[in-house]
Amino acid sequence: MASTVLFFLFAGFAIACAISMVYHKNPLYSAISLVGVFIALSCIYVTLAAPFIAAVQILIYAGAIMVLVVFVIMLLNLDEDKPLNRLRYLYAVGGGLGLILLVQTFFIFYAVMRAPQQSVDVEQTAGKTLSIGQAMYTEYLLPVEIVGVLLLMAIIGGVILVRRLEPGQLRLVVNEELDRRNEEQEKDDFRVAL
Amino acid sequence: MESALKTAFPFIVYSVGILLAFQGVLMIVAYTVLAERKVLGWIQGRIGPNRVGPWGVLQPFADLLKFIFKEDIVPDKSTRFVYFLAPLVALTCALLPIVVYPFGPRIADPLGWLVPYVTDWPTLGPAISWIAEQARNMPLTIAQIDVGVLFVLGITSVGVYGIALAGWSSNSKYSLMGGLRSSAQMISYELAMGASVLGVVMLAGTLDLNGIIHAQITSPFRWYIIPQFIGFVVFLIAAFAETNRVPFDLPEAETELVAGFHTEYSALKFALFFMAEYVNMFTVSVMCTVLFLGGWYVPGLSHIFEPGSIPYALVSHVAFIGKICAFLFFYIWVRGTLPRFRFDQLMNFGWKFLLPLALANVIVTIFVVYLLNS
Amino acid sequence: MEPSLASYLALSGILFTIGAVGVIFKRNALGMFMCIELMLNAVNLTFVAFSRYYADTTGQLFVFMVMSVAAAEAAVGLGIIIAFFRNRISIDVDDASILRN
Repeated sequence: MASTVLFFLFAGFAIACAISMVYHKNPLYSAISLVGVFIALSCIYVTLAAPFIAAVQILIYAGAIMVLVVFVIMLLNLDEDKPLNRLRYLYAVGGGLGLILLVQTFFIFYAVMRAPQQSVDVEQTAGKTLSIGQAMYTEYLLPVEIVGVLLLMAIIGGVILVRRLEPGQLRLVVNEELDRRNEEQEKDDFRVAL
Repeated sequence: MESALKTAFPFIVYSVGILLAFQGVLMIVAYTVLAERKVLGWIQGRIGPNRVGPWGVLQPFADLLKFIFKEDIVPDKSTRFVYFLAPLVALTCALLPIVVYPFGPRIADPLGWLVPYVTDWPTLGPAISWIAEQARNMPLTIAQIDVGVLFVLGITSVGVYGIALAGWSSNSKYSLMGGLRSSAQMISYELAMGASVLGVVMLAGTLDLNGIIHAQITSPFRWYIIPQFIGFVVFLIAAFAETNRVPFDLPEAETELVAGFHTEYSALKFALFFMAEYVNMFTVSVMCTVLFLGGWYVPGLSHIFEPGSIPYALVSHVAFIGKICAFLFFYIWVRGTLPRFRFDQLMNFGWKFLLPLALANVIVTIFVVYLLNS
Repeated sequence: MEPSLASYLALSGILFTIGAVGVIFKRNALGMFMCIELMLNAVNLTFVAFSRYYADTTGQLFVFMVMSVAAAEAAVGLGIIIAFFRNRISIDVDDASILRN
C-alpha cells in the first residue's frame, strides 16, 4: 500500500517536472525541472530495491551532468529560446510522434497487465552493491572495459573540442596544414585554397 | 487501539530519532559559529563576543533573532522563483546526510533495566515491557542504508545547485562570478574527494558507514588513517574546497566579490546559506571521522565496558562528537592562519596535483589489497 | 501491495514520449541535450523495473553502462555546444546551417 502511494507520488512529480522541462523556454528552468525528474526517479529506484543505482543516479546525473549543464548555461549567459521561425511542420511531426509513442505505451501497459503477474521476492539480493560489483567484474567485464575506453575517448574529445590555441600554436598548425597541402599539390597538381 | 499504536510505533520512534539528531546537529552547528568567532578572536589577540550571556554563550540565539528581524530585500530584476529556491536547496542538501550518520554502536538492551521496576503497574507496565522488547539491539543511526558513502557524496554534490542558482538568479555580476567559481571549484574537487574515499572503500569492502567502522575495528591498524594517510590528506584538502572554507573560499572572496554568491541575500535567506555552510562543515567532519578515524570506535574501550552496554555506547558517542569537534576546531584554526588562493592556483592544484595523487593512492591500494587477498 | 510492472513501464513510456517530443520541439541545443537525457532515464527505469521483477542484476548493470555513456555524451556534447557558441554566438540549432549549399 505504502509503496503504491509513493510510486504515484513520485511518478506524478516526475511527469510534471518532465512536462515543465519541455514547456519552459528558459534553459535554466528546463535544467532545474530535469533535476527534479532525476530526483523523483532516484526515489522510485529506492522503492524498487535498487539503492546503489539510486545513489549513483543522484551522484552522476544530478551531481555531475546537470551541474555541468547549469555551469554552461551560466557561462554562456543564455537568454530565452526564440520561437520557431521556420520548420513549422516539425510541430506536426512532433505531435504525431508523441501520439504514436503514447499509443504504444498504452498498448504495452495493456499487454503487460494481461500477462501473468511476476511475484516479487522481497528478500532478493539483486540490488545489493556486492552482487552488482561481482557481476560487473566477472560476467560483464568486457562491457565495463569498453565503457572505460569510451570515457577516455570522451575526455580526450572534450579537451580537443574546447581547446583554444595560442597565436603561436595556431600559426604552427596553419603552417603545418599549408605544408601538407603544398605536398599534395605537387603530388596531384590540384590547387586548394585554405 | 492497541494494535494501531503498535503499527504507529516505528513512525513515532523514527520521528523522535530524526528530531533528536537534527536538533543536536543544529545546536552543535550554532555553537560552532560562536566557537569560530571566539577562536578567531583569540588567534587575532581579541576577546571575541562576550556580551550576550556569560562568555557570550547566548550569542547564537541573539544572531538568530537579528536574522529574523532584519529587512528582507529582494533584488528588483532577480528571477524570483529561483531566487527563493536556492537557499532552500542549499540547506536541504546540507541537512539530508544527517539520516545516515553512525552516531554510535548498537545498544543491546537500552530499556532492559527499566522492566523490573514497572512489571507491577496495571496498564503501563506491559506497554513499557513491549517497548523495551522492541528496542533490543537498537542502532544509533536513523537510516541503515547499504550505500551510505555514495548517499552522502551524492547529496552534497547536489548542494552545488544552491550556490550556482543563487549566483545566477540574483542578477548581479558579483553573484554570478561567485556562483561560477563555486560550481567549477566544487566539480573539480569532488573528483579528488571521491577518489580519496575509494581507497577506504576498497580496504573495508563495503559502502555502509557502520560497516566501514566495523571493518576498521577488525583491521590490524584500528584506524584507516594509518594505511590511507594520503587518502586522508587529499580528503581533508578537498573537504575545505567543497565547503568553500579558507583557503579555498573563492566563491565568497570578500575582497574581490563583495560576498560572492550571497551578495544579494539578506535576513533569513542569508541565514539559511550561512547555516548550510556550517552544516556542510559538520558533514565533512563526520565523513572524515568515520572513514579515517574509526568513527565512534575508541581503542581499548571494550576492555573497560562490555560492547553493547549503555556506558559503552555513551562513551563511544561522546568520542564520536569529540573527534568531529576536533575537526571543526581545525577548520577554524586554518581560517585564522592561512591566506586565500588565487583562482588559477586553485584549479591547477586540484587538477594537476590533488587528483593525480588521489588516483595514485587508489592504484597502490588496489595492488596492496590484491596481494593481501591472494 | 506493490505497484505492478506495467505501471512502471507506463511511467517510463510517458517520460520517453515527453523526451522524444521535446527533442523535436526544442530549438536550443542544450534543451535537446536535456531531452535526450530524459529519454535515457526513461529507458533506465524499465531496466531497473525488469531487474526487480525478474530478480536479476543484469538490468541494473546496464543502467550503470547507460549512465557512463550519458556522462561521456555530456562531456563531448557540452564541448560541441561551447565550440558552436564561440563561432555563432548562439546555441540555436537552426543557426547550425553552415554546411548547407
